[in-house]
Amino acid sequence: MNNGGAEAAVAPVGGPQPLEWKFSQVFGERTAGEEIQDVDIISAIEFNRTGDHLATGDRGGRVVLFERTDTQDHVGHRRDLEKMDYPINRHPLFRYKTEFQSHEPEFDYLKSLEIEEKINKIRWCQSAYGALSLLSTNDKTIKFWKVQEKQVKKVCDLNVDSTKAMGNDPIVGSSISTSSKQYMANGGCTSNDFSLLSGGLPSLRLPMVTTLETNLMARCRRIYSHAHDYHINSISNNSDGETFISADDLRINLWNLEISNQSFNIVDVKPANMEDLTEVITSAEFHPIHCNMLAYSSSKGSIRLIDMRQSALCDTHSKLFEEQEAPGSRSFFTDIIASISDIKFAKDGRHILSRDYLTLKLWDINMDSGPVATFQVHEYLRPKLCDLYENDSIFDKFECCLSGDGLRVATGSYSNLFRVFGCSEGSKEATTLEANKNPMRRQGLTASRPSRSLASPSGVVRRGKGADNSAVDANGNTFDFTTKLLHLAWHPTENSIACAASNSLYMYYA
Amino acid sequence: MSTVEAPLYPIAVLIDELKNDDIQLRLDSIRRLSTIARALGEERTRSELIPFLSENNDDDDEVLLAMAEELGVFIPYVGGVEHAHVLLTPLETLCTVEETCVRDKAVESLCKIGSQMRENDLIEWFTPLVKRLAAGEWFTARVSACGLFHIAYPSAPETLKTELRSIYGQLCQDDMPMVRRSAASNLWKFAGTVESAHLKADIMQMFEDLTQDDQDTVRLLAVEGCAALGKLLEPQDCAARILPVIVTFSQDKSWRVRYMVANQLYELCEAVGPEPIRTDLLPAYVRLLRDNEAEVRIAAAGKVTKFCQILSPELAIQHILPCVKELSLDSSQHVRAALASVVMGMAPVLGKDATIEQLLPIFLSLLKDEFPDVRLNIISKLDQVNQVIGIDLLSQSLLPAIVELAEDRHWRVRLAIIEYIPLLANQLGVGFFDDKLGGLCMQWLQDKVYSIRDAAANNLKRLAEEFGPDWAMQHIIPQVLEIANDSHYLHRMTLLRAISLLGPVLGSEITRSKLLPVVVNASKDRVPNIKFNVAKVLQSLISVVDQSVVEKTIRPCLVELSEDPDVDVRYFAVQGLQSIDQVTMSS
Repeated sequence: MNNGGAEAAVAPVGGPQPLEWKFSQVFGERTAGEEIQDVDIISAIEFNRTGDHLATGDRGGRVVLFERTDTQDHVGHRRDLEKMDYPINRHPLFRYKTEFQSHEPEFDYLKSLEIEEKINKIRWCQSAYGALSLLSTNDKTIKFWKVQEKQVKKVCDLNVDSTKAMGNDPIVGSSISTSSKQYMANGGCTSNDFSLLSGGLPSLRLPMVTTLETNLMARCRRIYSHAHDYHINSISNNSDGETFISADDLRINLWNLEISNQSFNIVDVKPANMEDLTEVITSAEFHPIHCNMLAYSSSKGSIRLIDMRQSALCDTHSKLFEEQEAPGSRSFFTDIIASISDIKFAKDGRHILSRDYLTLKLWDINMDSGPVATFQVHEYLRPKLCDLYENDSIFDKFECCLSGDGLRVATGSYSNLFRVFGCSEGSKEATTLEANKNPMRRQGLTASRPSRSLASPSGVVRRGKGADNSAVDANGNTFDFTTKLLHLAWHPTENSIACAASNSLYMYYA
Repeated sequence: MSTVEAPLYPIAVLIDELKNDDIQLRLDSIRRLSTIARALGEERTRSELIPFLSENNDDDDEVLLAMAEELGVFIPYVGGVEHAHVLLTPLETLCTVEETCVRDKAVESLCKIGSQMRENDLIEWFTPLVKRLAAGEWFTARVSACGLFHIAYPSAPETLKTELRSIYGQLCQDDMPMVRRSAASNLWKFAGTVESAHLKADIMQMFEDLTQDDQDTVRLLAVEGCAALGKLLEPQDCAARILPVIVTFSQDKSWRVRYMVANQLYELCEAVGPEPIRTDLLPAYVRLLRDNEAEVRIAAAGKVTKFCQILSPELAIQHILPCVKELSLDSSQHVRAALASVVMGMAPVLGKDATIEQLLPIFLSLLKDEFPDVRLNIISKLDQVNQVIGIDLLSQSLLPAIVELAEDRHWRVRLAIIEYIPLLANQLGVGFFDDKLGGLCMQWLQDKVYSIRDAAANNLKRLAEEFGPDWAMQHIIPQVLEIANDSHYLHRMTLLRAISLLGPVLGSEITRSKLLPVVVNASKDRVPNIKFNVAKVLQSLISVVDQSVVEKTIRPCLVELSEDPDVDVRYFAVQGLQSIDQVTMSS
């Protein structure tokens, strides 16, 4: 594994070797028999641009931040840090940094609608002056958070003895405030008296401040609300560092980070008559380089690329990516499984990765005739679509991600599995990993592995009908539809993946 | 340790509150920073207060914003201009914070201070600060630096000037789009201080770099500064260097850039001579009027009159008028509304014949527009056309438009047209008004929306002012007074409102003979709300009518109301009686 980084570097030249994934860390691992609280289930994961920080959001509306620890000894000039290559024998290690309550459950009285606190997406913003900033959203409201170190200070050497004042408050306390107000009322003339004293008033002194410790403080800087009639499924920052978009089922809005009371609608797919509705927006993302381009995916399996320069309301797309279905293969489920649950631009801005229910597809934005590559994520589920429909699993929204070098892609599946595929030309890499401390176990034991239920704690209370949730495939494997790995993120510069198995955050490296 | 003499106690508290846990107290204290400084004296302000503030940089943004603002006017408290440089340190820190409004305020304060500093101090203190910020680690510092060059530059010696220009050039090519945006939006300020030779070379080079930026948002801001920059150049240089850029921008791929050009084009025309306008800017403007993005057409249409004013009438008729015709039939209602709000102003520019021949059909078609805003915008500017061609040609179309607006189902539209009625009355004359609009004015008094009824009452007052009491007696009063018999009490309330407004305009005699009897009659209404409004109206009429009338009519009526079973009626009646007494006493 020591040469894992070197492999990635030479990969484009020779046939890339499959990566060997190793367990790195786990946060919030559940102990056997521990019940999972619904609010603890992770619902969003995102690395920041440099990969030094990681944020997760959960169904309880909390955002947890992690920071990378293995680069701490390089603390130096920020620009140097950005340019530095990390030694290849290290892998990213993270530690818990802080957490804060981003969203609270709300009730919309006008629409009699409960608004969950669940964090749908987190996106990091350009940080400045040592503060971390990020956007988090639930179904309706986007919030801009700044997390900053605050010094906890002890103030001493006050002019007015606080112990005395404390001793016989509230009487003295109130007299202080009234006297200061009196003073303010006739401040003009009093201060003229002061100016007569040329040396100032020697008995006055400024308070002494001693720093005791530093504390991380999260402050909500802006709240962008009341702009979405439907549930927000994505937010995405623009490369201009000034704007971002938020997308719900039918509309995409453009915001300026600094302005929270105004947004511009740039895409509106709502038909005049809602009965004509055939397609909804499922995900949207800005191009990583070109500030005027953005892509959004739909429930019909198409991706539209729009150019905001063309018009204020971008109802007409500049490019449409969709795969023609093979004739004769249509079934009741065709439309449902074609729905794209997530799209991501590759770092170079040339490729788009999309995830539908059974496959991952990689598109080249210069080629709209079809995907350049298609990866079967869990093709073995195809015969079971009927069951999956029955228990609603078919509507699960899996996310996908690309490695920073764009050579590999990853996405999640059921039974806490996730899959990594090589997408460079000629690569046959297709790895299945399980989100636990022994990620490669899956491959070795595929055929003979005993029932998953042995590994999963028996005391777990599951929603839905327990018996129907796992199915047995041809090899005797069971697939547990309740333990699904929906959210995962690839480190921007290294081969490291963070993924969420219900309430636990697992990190792997190669 | 804490024995502060009694008179100093409040200021001691104020100082302590600079570090209070309660943000509101800290804010209040920062707002009184000048008082603290005066108490400490100049010497200690420099040596203690300012260093103390410099360390206070991780406070809440609200406090930092207040501090940035206070420091901008702090020169007198640190001992005058020769000590101004001590203020730079705390402001420099504030220039790097993350919150934009704090940085902007800090830059503003630095500019204020810098513009008062002595030349040597600027070189010794201010310019190094600008250089430090421009080389700042965080982009926030570099963003702030861009706004300070125009202060530092003029007093700098030649070598330093060269350096400053090259630093600014680097900022224009910074990695961060935020920095380039700041460089673009501050370029014209900096350019204003640069010598003309360097302006033509260095600054224009920076300008050209910015206009070719990848980021739309940077190019946008470059356009915004175009006109200001153009005015600094000689007309021929402006035509040679800025004009081509603008013409290219007017065909930019991004509608936002074209929108900005549409907004700026008129300003730029002032900077270049008449010849380039005809050859370059006019075609560019015509293209923008025909742009395929509605937002761009809205911006362009809004400038159509201003643009025509700088063209000769022939050019306007030949090039602009055809576009105006197209725009009046535009598919976007907002484009038509933008056009309607300015198109009337073209009449004086084009003259009588062209207006009748060319513009009139456009006015008429806009008056029939399905979108009420378009019609309203035309009606609101009626006076401009009236001066040129008179109203007769329009009046036939005007009436149906007004009637339709008057009956629009949106009350805001009805409200808007009511507000134009006095203007219309003035333009159309008494005769036209009597025949056609009088009925409408009465109709509004019984509208189901309160705001409309209220506006209608006010409208009657303004009409009475316009046409005089005699006309009002004949055309308004009889109809209004009929409402007294209306079965709806809200309508009767409107009547009272109208009377209280009309009384002062119509004068004592008419009020006594016509209005007062109606009010007195209404005091016997069965609805208490009417009765206490009667009391209020009577109170307002005390000053209008003669003393004798007050005693003979108003007082008895109020006395009667003051014995009413309803408490509110009694209250207002007593108020009325009291004001009668006051008037009697003072006279």
